Amino acid sequence: MTTPIIQTQGLTRDFKKTRAVDGLTLAIQPGELFGLVGPDGAGKTTTLRLLAGLLDITEGGATVAGFDLARQPESIKPHIGYMAQQFSLYAELSVLENLQFFAEIYDVSPADLAERTERLLTFAGLTEFEHRRADHLSGGMQKKLALACTLIHEPEILLLDEPTTGVDPVSRREFWNILTELHLDGTTIIVSTPYMDEADRCSRVGLMYAGRLVICDTPQKIRAQLHGEMIELLPDDWQTAKALTENLPGVLEVQTYGEALHLLVDSGKKRLPQIKRALTKGKISFRSARLAPVRMEEAFISLIRRLEE
Amino acid sequence: MTTRPTNPMPAIVAHDLTKRFGDFTAVDGINFEVRRGEIFGFLGPNGSGKTTTIRMMLGLLAPTTGSVEVLGMTVDGDTAKIRPRVGYMSQRFSLYNDLTVLQNLRFYGAAYGLNNAELEIRIREALDMAGLEGRENARTKDLSGGWRQRLALSAAILHRPETIFLDEPTAGVDPISRRAFWDLLYKLVAEGVTVFVTTHYMDEAEHCHRLAFIQRGRIIAYGSPAEIKERMMRGQVLELAPSNAAKAVKTLRAAQQAGRIPLEEIELYGSLVHVVAPQVKKHQRAIRAELQKAGIHAGQMSLIEPSLEDVFIACMKH
Repeated sequence: MTTPIIQTQGLTRDFKKTRAVDGLTLAIQPGELFGLVGPDGAGKTTTLRLLAGLLDITEGGATVAGFDLARQPESIKPHIGYMAQQFSLYAELSVLENLQFFAEIYDVSPADLAERTERLLTFAGLTEFEHRRADHLSGGMQKKLALACTLIHEPEILLLDEPTTGVDPVSRREFWNILTELHLDGTTIIVSTPYMDEADRCSRVGLMYAGRLVICDTPQKIRAQLHGEMIELLPDDWQTAKALTENLPGVLEVQTYGEALHLLVDSGKKRLPQIKRALTKGKISFRSARLAPVRMEEAFISLIRRLEE
Repeated sequence: MTTRPTNPMPAIVAHDLTKRFGDFTAVDGINFEVRRGEIFGFLGPNGSGKTTTIRMMLGLLAPTTGSVEVLGMTVDGDTAKIRPRVGYMSQRFSLYNDLTVLQNLRFYGAAYGLNNAELEIRIREALDMAGLEGRENARTKDLSGGWRQRLALSAAILHRPETIFLDEPTAGVDPISRRAFWDLLYKLVAEGVTVFVTTHYMDEAEHCHRLAFIQRGRIIAYGSPAEIKERMMRGQVLELAPSNAAKAVKTLRAAQQAGRIPLEEIELYGSLVHVVAPQVKKHQRAIRAELQKAGIHAGQMSLIEPSLEDVFIACMKH
């Protein structure tokens, strides 16, 4: 085990009466692509802002890139790139000018700037738009420019707060391709997202709920925590099929997906033939009934519901 | 047994529906049909024309050319006939934050012209349907996003509309509340209501019976989720569980760039790798060999079903 690049110990932050982050203990290894997921208000943004040294700690502590967050926040800054949810680009400046502006803030030398600008523009697919004003870029391109600005000082650690929210699917996919490249090059990335499907792209995922980190593991292991298996059923009439299957033994939950039903059962092998028989007996025709992989979202919802009980 | 009567007349029909604002074409000659009693999803990125389309269907905005029929009536300037039969939940639910749940519902009921006795019955039904019983006297501003959204839906269906229009109802709502909201929509559909819903969450597409995907004012995919996957997805997705996923992605991308394996996409998913290509299975041997050369054990490979997002991305790229 290498030394973690980020290590928090009971990290806590209060806002008036609310405890936004509640005793967060987490170790991130260098080079991890760590996903922070959870409902709105769970504490994702506050966690990222704390790690970026932008907020004071109420209790607990953390080290980031070997520096103490409370005592040496200024030493941490050169090592991190933080992209806020509403990252402020300068609307009336061009793509190039925005990059130059951020390079000045971070004291990037002109020689480094010239070399990095070319590389970052290619990387972000913005080369042909270098003279376009930031406010004339599409939402997806603005996000990519914001990321390029965040990368101008070549930080080892990236803290990205919901970088793909409100971005169209193609831009979202491109953005993830860029993150993958950075991850493959060894950058440590913590990225928050409201999209459960993005959790699958991370090497490890932390689920925050009411300020706490309630689950933290690889996507595969989180799925495996779900008790039960999923059967996907395509009936001709989902309403009657739902009414019938809900009450069958071993069926824990029935979810509707358009005309399909997802049945969470205690044992797929045991229940699949029983369910098929019950449908046939009830004269409910179906096109297919098969074991299907559990989606990340289903795993999370099921785990959160268990926490609420 | 299927005994539900089906109404053969569609709930909504759009004919070459077009809306221009100056030089900008927001909606560009779209055609679609929404059947009675289905959840029809209207998906697309921000600014693709979803809200403009809804506003034309409600008669709030006149089409530049083309037309739209709702419940058999052509929508024109005279919305008086249609309004009592449709419900609308806008993007920013127009609830009064200082009023309680009950006061908001009474306000909307009165606006729809329901008399007191009728209104009290409807309010009970709506509260029961939305699971808001026990919160009648809560102030709207004290409700969480998920509960406010259910209240907005209750207000939109008080007058028992046949068709409801929901504009991004789940934006900014957490996944559990989103799931509960979809369960409510299924309840309404079971009672014969037609639901037209817009969203930019691709994963919600799978919840719709049929859908249209709109990009820059044009429909680029249309049908049930299963049909769209079957018809539109050119490539197949192969999932690999190699010994070193990050290194495997680098290796395969290098092989792709060198033209050794014609793969369309190579993506890292945690410790797994997804590769996309037409008839991807025939590249299995080459993939295995390429990885072996780099000292990576390819591990298990299996074809997986593409997500609707995979399909849309494939359509948008071609």
